This record gives sequence, structure tokens and C-alpha cells, in this order.
Amino acid sequence: MSRTITIRAMKYNPQSKLSKAHFAEYKLEETDGMTLFIALTKIRETMDADLSFDFVCRAGICGSCGMMVNGKPALACRTLTKNFPGGVIQLMPMPAFKLLKDLSVDTGNWMNGMSKRVESWIHTNHTVDISKLEAPMEPKLADETFELDRCIECGICVAACGTKLMRPNFIGAVGLNFGCMSLVACEDNCPKHLPLQSKIAYMRRKLVALK
Amino acid sequence: MSDLLEGFLGTSVEGKKSRVPAKLDYVQSATGLFLGLFMWGHMFFVSTILISKDFMYTVTKMFEGSMFFSEPQPWIVSAIVLFVFAVFIVHAMLGMRKLPITFRQYQAYKTHMGMMKHDDTTMWFTQAFTGFAMFFLGSAHLLMMAVKADEIGPYGSADRMYSDFMWPFYLLLLLAVEFHGGIGLYRLCVKWGWFEGEHAKESRKNLKKVKWAVTVFFLALGLLTLAAYVKIGYEH
Repeated sequence: MSRTITIRAMKYNPQSKLSKAHFAEYKLEETDGMTLFIALTKIRETMDADLSFDFVCRAGICGSCGMMVNGKPALACRTLTKNFPGGVIQLMPMPAFKLLKDLSVDTGNWMNGMSKRVESWIHTNHTVDISKLEAPMEPKLADETFELDRCIECGICVAACGTKLMRPNFIGAVGLNFGCMSLVACEDNCPKHLPLQSKIAYMRRKLVALK
Repeated sequence: MSDLLEGFLGTSVEGKKSRVPAKLDYVQSATGLFLGLFMWGHMFFVSTILISKDFMYTVTKMFEGSMFFSEPQPWIVSAIVLFVFAVFIVHAMLGMRKLPITFRQYQAYKTHMGMMKHDDTTMWFTQAFTGFAMFFLGSAHLLMMAVKADEIGPYGSADRMYSDFMWPFYLLLLLAVEFHGGIGLYRLCVKWGWFEGEHAKESRKNLKKVKWAVTVFFLALGLLTLAAYVKIGYEH
């Protein structure tokens, strides 16, 4: 049984002096297994070629398609339209990032800047001899070490963070930082189910213990 | 010299950021924990009026050193109040850093909260609001207790509620304390990873249930206690 769904998307081009922020409404037939990626692509192909949004992998891996879906940040490619019984889905760009146009925001430059700011690489004086075999690591330790490496830098944890929205200088869960008010919306909305709450608590305990 | 340079640059001369904010968050948590637990104890002491006037009187006199002195010593209570007041001021000063202080911050948070409909995000706003209210309510109560410690007792406290018409003030203070303290103690557990166990998500759900149970319990106990004092005041 198919039904007609309504997509209300925010449209605004901050680059244009003529553009005024507004919501555009699109009605379309829902198909089996329809995701927001499919719906938005259909809208752009058949109704509004001017609607901007970002997608690359459509499989929850590239982290490009984060947007506010009925108020909550989510990956559009992993959001099924059938999960909205009311049939009306409101889309807005993620806050906290630079708005490019409509639903498209610049997460890349923000992530890059954050990485440089916290120097998110291994700080060591140890030089690695790349001609030798790597030192082996226990699988359990590897699992723990690389758990947070599953992060796809989609920016959902940042868009979900009330602290970040009040204080633009705050770095958010993806950078793990003091000033966090433990609202834990980052963890509750992370599409990769990363244990952000536990890791932030761990970082906090470590930071306080430092002399 | 390095203080001057660090203050000017915002980083130490080695390019390191100050760890003071980490310590400040720690002190905010520690003072909050003390005040939260103190309020649990406080509620048990004032609610002794529900058992009997005599029992409440005995507890009051115990705090005035009845075990060591033959005469009541209300200055002991004043000293305890002043100590709590000092902790309260430190906590308020540190907590203040988190409040939305510009219209834009307030507007952004309100909008975000409305969009997200996320429990912990909404609870924080309640906590911020009740915290702000307690700058005034808490200070007024603590000051009254510090200077009038000798009037605490089954009849003195009851007259304060009824004859001095302070019960609306105490009703607001009760609501502010229970919501602020309950949410605060819950958030402390989340913040520092206490009672996290193997499954942090499950533990948080359970913690929240406990938090609500504790809030309902203390609110009920507080309302009954307030009613008991008003009743005694009316009859007195």
C-alpha cells in the first residue's frame, strides 16, 4: 500500500542577497524501502532541480548526508520514510556548521580545523622503522583502540550538542573536550552507536588527574 | 612574567592551554555533590516533624550540641549554615559559567531543545532555570537560618511558614531544590562515569529511573513536611 508523503525542506542560499529562508513542500508517492536519499533524489530529478543536499555513499559510511529530520540529526541515507507515520517529514540543515545552501553544510572544513586544534594525532618521540614488521597487538586491545575510529565524521554529534550551539568555540563530542555539560545527545544520536558518553567521562577523569 | 604572557595570549609560553577549566569543572561537580547529598540529609532532618514535634525538637537540639553542652548552642547551627553558604556560593559562581548569558545563546538553546525533544537536553534547561532561581531563594533561606538559627524548632519553624507567610517561598524553594539537585546528581553520574558498568546505555536508563523515583520521593516528603509546619503554625 503506497501513500503520499510530504517533504518540507528548508531552502536558503546565504550567498545570495535575494534568497530568503523558507520551507518548500514536495508531495511524492512513497515506494517500498524508500529512504530520504531516494526521496530527495526524486525531488531533485522531477520537481526542483535547485534543491541542494549532500550524498556520496548512500550506505551510512561516508558521513555526508547528516541533516535535521523532524528536529533530530540523522543520516538521510539511513532514514526510512516509512518510520514517519504522519507522512510529513521536515528537513533542515545541521546547525553548528557553515550553511552552504538548503540542506548542504560544510562539515569537512570544520572537522579539519577541529583536528588541527586538538592535534588529534599520536604524539610520540618513538620513530618507527617501516622496513620491519609491525609489532603485534592483542585483538581485544585493537578493538578497544579502534572503536572510535569507526567515526565517519558526519557531524551529527556536533549538531545534537546544545552546548556547542550556545558556545561556537566548544569542540563537541567528535573532539572530546572540557566544558561539556553532559547532555549526551551526541551519544543518543550517533549513527555509528559510538560510546561517546563513556569516552567523554574517561577523558574527563584523565584530564582532572593530570598535574 | 609568565602569568602576564599567558593571560595575554590565552596559552602558556610553551603553547599549552590552561588546565584550570578542568579543575573548575571538578570543583563544580564536587560542590554540587556535597550540596545534593546535604539536601537529602536536610530533608530527613526537617521531616522529623512528621513523626512528632518532640522528635523534631530533639533533632534540633542535637545540632545545637545537646550531647556536649547543658545549654543550647545555636551558633553551631549558624556555623554549619555559613559553611554550606560558602559551598553554595562557590557552586553558584562555577555553575554560572554554563548559563546562557546572551539572547542568542538562549534563543539557540530553546530552539534546539524544541527541535530535539531529547530528555537530557531538556532536563539541563530545567536545571539551569532552577539554579538561577536559587541564586535568590537559596541565599535568602541560608541568610535567614544563619542569623535566626535559635528560632529553628517545631513552633519557630511553623510560625515562620504560617504567621510570617513564608510557605509560598518555601514551596518554590522545595521545587527548585528537588529538580535541580535530582537532575544534578544524575548528571554527575553520567559526567564522571559512575555506576556505568559494562553497558553504559542501560545503566543510564536505570539511573534516570532512580533519579525520578528519588525526585518524587523527596518532593512528596517535602510537601508533607511543609504542610505539617503550616498546620502547626495555624494551630499555634
